[in-house]
Amino acid sequence: MEISELTKRRILDYLEKGKRFDGRSPLEYRDISIELDYSKNAEGSARVKVGDTEVVAGVKLSVGKPYTDSPNSGVLVTTTELSPMASERFEPGPPAIFSVELARIVDRGIRESGFIDFEKLSVKEGELVWMINLDIYPINDGGNLIDVSAIAAVAALSEAVLPKLEGDKVLFGELTTKKLPLTDKMPLSLTFYKIGKHFVLDPTTEEEDASEARLTLAISTDKKEDFINALQKGGEDPFTIEETNTIIDNAFKMHKKLKELFNKEMKKK
Amino acid sequence: MTYTKRFDGRKFDEMREIEAKVGVIPRADGSAYFAFGDTKAIAAVYGPRPLHPVFLQNPEKGIIRVYYDMLSFSVNERKKPGPARRSMEISYVTKKALEPIINLSAFPNTVTDVFINVIQANASTRCAGINAASMALAQAGIPMTDLVGAVSVGFVGGAIATDVIKEEEDYEEDGEKMVSDIAMAFLLRSQKLSLLQLDGKIDSENLKKAIEAAKKACAKIYEVQKKALKETK
Repeated sequence: MEISELTKRRILDYLEKGKRFDGRSPLEYRDISIELDYSKNAEGSARVKVGDTEVVAGVKLSVGKPYTDSPNSGVLVTTTELSPMASERFEPGPPAIFSVELARIVDRGIRESGFIDFEKLSVKEGELVWMINLDIYPINDGGNLIDVSAIAAVAALSEAVLPKLEGDKVLFGELTTKKLPLTDKMPLSLTFYKIGKHFVLDPTTEEEDASEARLTLAISTDKKEDFINALQKGGEDPFTIEETNTIIDNAFKMHKKLKELFNKEMKKK
Repeated sequence: MTYTKRFDGRKFDEMREIEAKVGVIPRADGSAYFAFGDTKAIAAVYGPRPLHPVFLQNPEKGIIRVYYDMLSFSVNERKKPGPARRSMEISYVTKKALEPIINLSAFPNTVTDVFINVIQANASTRCAGINAASMALAQAGIPMTDLVGAVSVGFVGGAIATDVIKEEEDYEEDGEKMVSDIAMAFLLRSQKLSLLQLDGKIDSENLKKAIEAAKKACAKIYEVQKKALKETK
C-alpha cells in the first residue's frame, strides 16, 4: 500500500461526512463511456472508460475439440494481461496473481450467469465447437479494474460476430451476420471497498490503497429477478456478517443503477 | 513494373491517414497514440525511475528499456498473449531507433521504460509504435535532441510504395512473392537513419529510392508529431 497515513486519515474524515475527494458520494460511479469495435481484427471489441480508468477487451473466435464432459458446449477462455503500460506498479513478466484473479472473477460472472448460450456454440456434435478467447487489457489504472474489466468484457461479447467457417477452418477477416449466441442474463460486477467502517464503490487507486478489504459480486438478472453468480473477497481484513449483509443489499440496489448506465451507453451505438 | 494501382487507391508516395494524440494514458509520465489508417499503436513512458537490480544500473547515465507487444486480438489470427521472439526483436530495434535522440546523462542509475502496445494491426506496426514512443518520451519531459519518425516503404511489384498495407506486403506475381518491405526511422532534424530493416529482394537503385521516399514521408510525420505535442495541455 503506497499511501501515507495522513492521506488515509483524510479519506476517512471525508467518508465520516459521506464525502469523497472528487465530490462523489460513497457508492457513486464515475462517468462511463463505451466505444465498440475498437480493434477491428477482433470479432468483437470494446474500449471502456470509467473516470480515468481505461480497459480494452477483445473477443477472438476459433473452432476446436470440445471437452469430453461437455461434448456440445462451446469453450470460453478469459485472460487478463496487466500491462506495465497501465501503471507504474505493474511489471513485465509472467502474470501476477492479481492478473489471474481478475480474469477468473470476470470469467466466473460470465460463465455462471448463463450469459453465453454455450449449447448453441456446437458446430459438429462431440467433434467441433466454437472457442471464445476473451482477452482483457487494462490501459490506464485509475482504480476499480475488476468492475471496469467486467463491463469491457460484456460489451465486447455483446458485439461479437461469428466469422465464416469452411469445414473446420475459420476464415479470419470474413464475418457472417450471426452474432455470438447470448442471453439477456448479462452479468455486471460490483466491488465494494472497505475503508474503516465505510464502503465505497468505483474507487480511485488512492481509495483502493486506503482500503483494508474488498468484496466483488457479479450479479445478473434472470426473468426479472437478480441473482449473484460470483463472489470474491480480497484484501486483508475479515468482514462481519452484518457488513456482508449490508454489502449484499447495497449490491442489488447499485446493480440496477449500473445496469441502467451500461444499457444507456450501449444504446447510443 | 506490374503494380500500377494501389489496393486502396492511394498515390504511391501517399501515407494512410495519420492520427496522433498525446497524453492518452494519464497515469504514465508520458503517453501517445499514433495511427496509420487501420494500424493503431499506443505508447507509455515511465521514468526516469530507480533501476533494480542494482547491477543493471549505469552510473554514467540513465538507461532505457523498450517493450513492444501486440494485443492478442489486434491481428486476424489470435496472437498468444505475452512477448514472443518477434516482439522481442522489435522491442530491441525500437530501442535502437529511439536511443540516439535521448540524453539521460543527468539521470545516472535510473531507467526509463517505454511500453508500446499495438491495438489494431494492418502492417507497419513497429513504425507506428516508434512514432507513438517518440511523442510519449517528449511528453514525459525526457531530455531529447530530436524526434524520431518511422515509416515502412515497400518495393511492391516493381513500384516504390510508401506506408504499405497488409495486402501489399502479401503481393504476389505468378505465385511468387514480389515484395520488399523496408522499415525505416529518421531522426527528424539531423536527417539520420536510426532504423533500417528489410526483408525481400531489391536492387541498389530502388533501395536508395525507397530511402528517399521514407525521408519525405517522415518529414510529414514530424509535422504531425509536433502539432500533437503542441496541442497537449
